[in-house]
Amino acid sequence: MLAFILRRLVQGVIVMLVVGFIAFSLFNFVGDPVSLMLPPEATQADREQMRSILGLDKPFYQQFLTFLGNAVQGNFGISLRLGRPVSTLLVERLPATLELAITAALIALVVGIPIGVYTALRRDSWVSRALLTTSLVGVSLPNFLIGIFLILIFAVWLGVLPSFGRGDTTAIGPWTTGLLTASGAKALVLPAITLSFFPLTLIMRLVRAEMLEVLRTDYIKFARARGLSNRAVHFGHALKNTLVPVITIAGLQLGGIIAFAIITEQVFQWPGMGLLFIQAVQFADIPVMAAYLCLIGLIFVVINLVVDLLYYLVDPRLRVERSGAGGGGGH
Amino acid sequence: MDKGELAVGTGNTQAPLPTAWNRALDSDIVYSFKRSPLVMVAAAIAFIYVFAALFAPWVAPHNPFDLKTLNLLDAFTPPAWTERGNPQYFLGTDDQGRDVISAIIFGSRMSLVIGLAATLLAMTVGITLGLISGYVGGKLDAFIMRVADVQLSFPAILIALLIDGLARAALPKESHDQLAVYVLILAIAASGWVSYARTVRGSTLVERNKEYVQAARVIGRHPLAIMFSHVLPNVLGPVLVIATLQIGAAIITESSLSFLGVGVPPTQPSLGTLIRIGNDFLFSGEWWITVFPGLALVILVLSINVLGDWLRDALNPRLR
Amino acid sequence: MSENAAPLLSVRNLRVEFNTRRGTLVAVDDVSFDIAPGEVLGVVGESGAGKSITGTAIIGLLERPGRIAAGEVLLEGSRIDNLPPDQMRRIRGRRIGAIFQDPLTSLNPLFSVGRQITETIEQHLPMNGAQARSRAIELLGEVGIPAPERRIDHYPHQFSGGMRQRVVIALALCANPRLIIADEPTTALDVSIQAQIITLLKRLCRDHGTAIMLVTHDMGVIAETADRVAVMYAGRIAEIGPVQQVIHDPQHPYTVGLMGSIPAVGQDVERLPQIEGSMPRLTAIPQGCAFNPRCPRVFEKCRVERPGLLQANRTLAACWLHDPDRTVPAPPTGRSKGTLHG
Repeated sequence: MLAFILRRLVQGVIVMLVVGFIAFSLFNFVGDPVSLMLPPEATQADREQMRSILGLDKPFYQQFLTFLGNAVQGNFGISLRLGRPVSTLLVERLPATLELAITAALIALVVGIPIGVYTALRRDSWVSRALLTTSLVGVSLPNFLIGIFLILIFAVWLGVLPSFGRGDTTAIGPWTTGLLTASGAKALVLPAITLSFFPLTLIMRLVRAEMLEVLRTDYIKFARARGLSNRAVHFGHALKNTLVPVITIAGLQLGGIIAFAIITEQVFQWPGMGLLFIQAVQFADIPVMAAYLCLIGLIFVVINLVVDLLYYLVDPRLRVERSGAGGGGGH
Repeated sequence: MDKGELAVGTGNTQAPLPTAWNRALDSDIVYSFKRSPLVMVAAAIAFIYVFAALFAPWVAPHNPFDLKTLNLLDAFTPPAWTERGNPQYFLGTDDQGRDVISAIIFGSRMSLVIGLAATLLAMTVGITLGLISGYVGGKLDAFIMRVADVQLSFPAILIALLIDGLARAALPKESHDQLAVYVLILAIAASGWVSYARTVRGSTLVERNKEYVQAARVIGRHPLAIMFSHVLPNVLGPVLVIATLQIGAAIITESSLSFLGVGVPPTQPSLGTLIRIGNDFLFSGEWWITVFPGLALVILVLSINVLGDWLRDALNPRLR
Repeated sequence: MSENAAPLLSVRNLRVEFNTRRGTLVAVDDVSFDIAPGEVLGVVGESGAGKSITGTAIIGLLERPGRIAAGEVLLEGSRIDNLPPDQMRRIRGRRIGAIFQDPLTSLNPLFSVGRQITETIEQHLPMNGAQARSRAIELLGEVGIPAPERRIDHYPHQFSGGMRQRVVIALALCANPRLIIADEPTTALDVSIQAQIITLLKRLCRDHGTAIMLVTHDMGVIAETADRVAVMYAGRIAEIGPVQQVIHDPQHPYTVGLMGSIPAVGQDVERLPQIEGSMPRLTAIPQGCAFNPRCPRVFEKCRVERPGLLQANRTLAACWLHDPDRTVPAPPTGRSKGTLHG
């Protein structure tokens, strides 16, 4: 078990190093790193000093190490577009994105899994068929289009929900949340639904496909042959076997949600990291891009690690290294 | 259950063996196609799109990018069936007087071209890497698969954005627009190769140990070439399914990027660009500028996905 | 053969059809047999002969597009083929148990062995958790799992193949059914383990008085274990009778061919005799007797009319050679060329 965790951690570190290297290349070879780290009013002397601080006269690997050192402390320089330290910007925007992403993920899971199970168990009902068709449409709809349609219906025509912004937020320490105010909560509704749509349909189809596979297995057939009730067969056995592989994919979906938030934040002008990143790409704002890259890399590595651990906890086959442990006398 | 098989020893002969064409028509795939009206409709729609895209300059009633033909006075014309509508511009015009239908046709062409090109690129790279990886094995294989794993956990849009941003920063400003389309194709293909690589690698691993590979070495033919011709029939089905589903995803990714403003240049708008342009006028009531391109996009991707779904079920031996 | 006691299971004119797009496939065609309480009936045949499907149909687990098109299945005198689903469910496990071929896939990998046994016990018998658990430990001991009180909490992958099949047998027996349908129970196991499992099965069923319907293609297993045997061909029964009779004095040309093609120790032949041709596809079964294209003793009536089970020496055989109205005496079909142990 320990070996497993260690291996995964090492892999994570390697990925982070690669990501860091890409970010480092961004910094050094695209644009001028000195100007990136200094405010515009810097003098020539400041530049010379920054040059030696940054170690631009030093060999490559040393520069890389310095960059890594800075990165680990969260120092990515100054945003070219906004003139403020990148780390502050990220900290400001992170809660907005995370709140949005987690809400969307919860919606996708809470709605997607039951529907998936239902369409697997009641294959021929018209409700199932309708849901399946809707899911096919859902997979074909781009994120931003859903947002636009929802805005059209609920903000323009019906006027009941806001179409941009986060509403009023309350600050709790370094975190800001919109959930505690009415306008904040209302502002969260449309973006969260928009963001959850694609993962929801994905999870639904995945759960359905997995469950249908599981229902075809020998052990389910044997369970039925033993006279177990439908409830025991479907929800005791089949459901558990279905959800185990779904965990991995659902977990990875969370990463996808954070990425797709970029689009949703643009549609709804939601003040999160995604919007920041897009503006950085449009502006070629290297420090922000590099920082976002590293942060996203970190989030993904952490998510992958957690998912692997979960898998390990849930599937007993991974836990015991050798089979036939103990008492193997005779067959 | 092949009609061509003769019953053993009964003394009667069956009808003469059917030709390959007959067998193909009678196959499970065609059967399942004919049985499903939805799939036939989807195929027809996709065909219409492709046709319109190929022959856009002749099919479209106007040329929305020829500045000489644009008339600003015609701007903001609503669809033809409404009060102020004009039958010449059936679905209305946008803020510059461009006919919406024509814009949609040219826009679909852009979206389809990029989607198809990106998928083809991903397929080529993926199949090649899969073949190499499976055949060579060892460290190279492990490395490629590790890269694939890691890349798979990063969503396509992120990778595409990254490549696009890099290009934008690295390339001089003048060449942005020219190269944008190629960068876009590269960016979208960058995350798509993985699925092909995995499938082909699996099949290659199976074939690699077979005797004909060693025999090929003996005669002097390169085993890779022979393997390709043996691996291909096995992977053709899954690769086709992956490709069809990826075209839809590629089109969505491209339209998302264009919507964000980092996709195709404004001189060659795709459906995503049109939607973005129209989005600005949503609140002032000119809904048609964004809704119709939006619908066009959805219908296109939906048809492709229906086809892909059907293809996957039809090619799945267990569901027959 | 205890003809006096009322049969435990009675299958009458069973017909199982599959509606595929290429037509209706008849997998089991007018099959009838009885199983007496405590008896072991072997069902042999080639792949596709319909033996597994017969078992699946009896226990009510036929899946679409298969269905019972005609006939009856009676358990202890009352029909079970037409029961509503939850009544049938109560019979499964409690009165009829089943064992399938592959012990690896028969057990749910995510649940401990003990959990799978106790849930079955609690489903059918009025026991609480603790009682069920101790009964489960007992059962594991009975089937020969060492240290059952410890291994009850182990997962399936922690057992070897043979052990797993023992667990499967324990699961099938835990609610004390009167009949077990064993579908190729040893095919997936090593040869050395097969004998142990068969011995175990025999012993347990004798101790509990359980009848077995043993479906297999392995005549050796049948010879060891069965009291009577039914030979199936193309969805029909070709011959049925006491096991020693069928093996040493087969009356149906197909059975003769089968017995002749089994190699024996000490045999001195250059080539094993083979039956010409192969079993017909189920969508193209010949008219009359299904075996007629391959039969060395075929004559006109065989090609026209399908024979029912006719009395032939001490077995029943579906063959016109034993037609009571035949004027020409049937030449002796000859002793089988092979010898089987037991």
